[in-house]
Amino acid sequence: MKVRYILPAFEVLRDESKCVNCRLCERECANGVHSFDSERGRMIANDAKCVDCHRCVCTCPTGALKIAETKDVYRSNANWSRAAIDEIYRQAESGGVLLSSMGNPDTYPEFWNRLLINASQVTNPPIDPLREPMETQVRLGSGRVKIERDENGRLKTALPPQLELQVPVMFSAMSYGSVSYNVHAALARAAKELGIYYNTGEGGLHRDLYGYGDHTIVQVASGRFGVFREYLDAAAAIEIKMGQGAKPGIGGHLPAAKITPAVARTRMIPEGSDAISPAPHHDIYSIEDLRQLVMSVKEATGCRKPVIVKVAAVHNIEAIASGIARSGADVIAIDGFRGGTGAAPTRIRDNVGIPVELALARVDDRLREEGVRDNVSIVVGGSIRSSADMLKAIALGADACYIGTAALISLGCHLCRSCHTGICNWGIATQIPDLVARLDPDEGARRLVNLVTAWKHELEEMMGCMGINSVEALRGNRLMLRGIGMTESELRLLGVKPAGESM
Amino acid sequence: MLKEGQYRNPSGCAVSAVIDRSGKPMSGRRMIDSIAVMHERSNGLGGGFAGYGIYPDHKELYAFHLFFDDRLTRKNTEEYILRHFEIAYSSEIQTRKLPTVTDEPIIWRYFLAPLPRKLADSHLDEREYVARCVNFINARIGGAYVFSSGKNMGVFKGVGYPEDIGEFYRLDEYEGYSWTCHGRYPTNTPGWWGGAHPFGLLDCTIVHNGEISSYDANRRYIEMFGYKCTLRTDTEVMAYIIDYLVRKMGLTLREVAKVMAPSFWKTIATKSEEEQREEIFLRKAFPSLLVTGPFSVVVGYEGGIMALNDRLKLRSTVCAEKGDLAFVASEESAIRRIEPQLDKVWAPAGGEPVVFELHDKEASK
Repeated sequence: MKVRYILPAFEVLRDESKCVNCRLCERECANGVHSFDSERGRMIANDAKCVDCHRCVCTCPTGALKIAETKDVYRSNANWSRAAIDEIYRQAESGGVLLSSMGNPDTYPEFWNRLLINASQVTNPPIDPLREPMETQVRLGSGRVKIERDENGRLKTALPPQLELQVPVMFSAMSYGSVSYNVHAALARAAKELGIYYNTGEGGLHRDLYGYGDHTIVQVASGRFGVFREYLDAAAAIEIKMGQGAKPGIGGHLPAAKITPAVARTRMIPEGSDAISPAPHHDIYSIEDLRQLVMSVKEATGCRKPVIVKVAAVHNIEAIASGIARSGADVIAIDGFRGGTGAAPTRIRDNVGIPVELALARVDDRLREEGVRDNVSIVVGGSIRSSADMLKAIALGADACYIGTAALISLGCHLCRSCHTGICNWGIATQIPDLVARLDPDEGARRLVNLVTAWKHELEEMMGCMGINSVEALRGNRLMLRGIGMTESELRLLGVKPAGESM
Repeated sequence: MLKEGQYRNPSGCAVSAVIDRSGKPMSGRRMIDSIAVMHERSNGLGGGFAGYGIYPDHKELYAFHLFFDDRLTRKNTEEYILRHFEIAYSSEIQTRKLPTVTDEPIIWRYFLAPLPRKLADSHLDEREYVARCVNFINARIGGAYVFSSGKNMGVFKGVGYPEDIGEFYRLDEYEGYSWTCHGRYPTNTPGWWGGAHPFGLLDCTIVHNGEISSYDANRRYIEMFGYKCTLRTDTEVMAYIIDYLVRKMGLTLREVAKVMAPSFWKTIATKSEEEQREEIFLRKAFPSLLVTGPFSVVVGYEGGIMALNDRLKLRSTVCAEKGDLAFVASEESAIRRIEPQLDKVWAPAGGEPVVFELHDKEASK
């Protein structure tokens, strides 16, 4: 007798009085949950296959469906959670490393929600963004200048190459392969319309998207997938990916199931085999090696493009960032341990790294102490969920933010965390043509533009409250933040005062 | 009680300034009369003046004005000064006892020349050498505070209404070609005279009305370059920004205005190519020195004054001219009080610097 050790986590609840047996749910669910029982003349569901992506719920024309977490429970145990038990069953069956997708969902403390923002009252006025100009533009790149004048005493105005963003947010690295072509197309179109940038991730740049190069950051990762001359030339900036918040210390994972001919061609790899990037860059075993790669990339592009170095937030992030700030890089991107991914070993995703808030605050402090903050811009990602998170990140010291998960959610992602299976009913983390077609790139671009535009308005309102009318004056302005419910050492590390303490 | 510097103390204020561009000296009485009109803009918790050209007989020497909490501190401080400077002349600053000005510290004046050997060994230029000595005393010697350190100029300040402070220091007995002054309306009680304004470093002084919202962004940036914002006031951080940009980076005051109160990007786009080139460069090069929130400042320096408003003009500033005389004040009444008939009166736009300088700047040296 075959015993099922792992019981379904979700229950598909169908209101029989509303269901009209149209069988749309059956067609929408690529996981094969729904089917029509012709004998009894009604729809039935296989709960075990459900991943709680809500596609069927959202598309059901009569609103007959709901998905609930199962009420079935193992004997309660404060130490052994259901997830811990299920994972053991799974490993006992497969003998393999557990894989997960998207960011760490566990109940670790986070800090954005424990930071409160200041507002002007009486002694200086708030600024009304509906009636006064409000500047959200930022520039990324090295700002290190020497004041020099020509023979007529006019300033010489040459500066290192910089990226110009209309809003301090960019779409973070998500590779073609891990996400669909339509996602990339939507990101590229939205980035162009918004005057910001999207990041190709490490899977190369599809031929058809070269036209968006002015709004594209291309990535050079340890697998060097899809990296060649034209790829670098097409981009506005180049990001060297040293690490990723969801999986610090290991390389990218793309399961073979997602490697279609087009993905393989773009990545310049064979079809049908897993694409697993090496954990390190094998030409970078130390900081001086990184400098060589930064300089090589700069040479290859005529020193006309900023170079970003992306690292995961780890315990020693201060020293790492200090090294990067002296490596010739123009931007440091720090990815926190809540950051998303298309596939990562569960144990690494859930246990390695530190929150981006702490990493950001420490890096900004350290670079200032060493007087090298001007050498680089700082971009942070790894669970920026709202414009308030973005504003707090800037006040802590960031120049701009990367959003990945938030962008995917705007495209329909319901955070079912099954990207690694290659089946995504929302057409996002899949390469199955029928599923990919569900995401219309124009509609997707429109939703992304709306999201960032909404954040921009909210940023303007919150800055206006503080009496600030330019992002430049918000950056690193920690006096505008107060911590609530934090320990002394958390406050010290973040460099903010506790709520209630005056100026 | 906490001393100024141990907390942020935003203030509302009155400012007034006058310069005779022909270089002709005028009595400090004028400024006292001018600021007294704006009595309502102060609350008796701080006032001060800066006069330029007031020490013509010692114009080669740095004039240090110091507050001491007690005599022992003065002795220790003088030991430090003697290790770095030759004291050409020193004395207690003569004051007039007034019932409205109380709790004054010990106030001394020193005319100093850096010790040539010590200066050469420091590998610093002379002004940097002096600035570092000032910072050392202010940061390291508790109970001593240098509140004026330029040549042929002096700051006079204290806790009280500005007109009373002017009388207290007997400013009617000083004559200078330009004067700035400040009446303070702090929102917290400063028990300490050093917290009053003007704030000065070398010959550059600032009087300021406002409360800037960019304070911590500006402070954390400027502290990268060796400055320490010990007073935690807007005026102090703005003085350091100006000192850094002018003395260390070599910008002109008009360029400094484009850093601190730049035009909006939209406005820059409408300017001439040459202006765009310069303004875009300055904004890109010093984004963290953009100052937001209300401010109206008057910068005093050897040979001139500059008035500057925040770019939204959230504080009033009025400028006026009468022959060689030029005026800046929070209110027109403060100017009319000392010069009823004016050739020209105007309110400069937000972010638009107004610079008045001596016709012959060299003569002031």
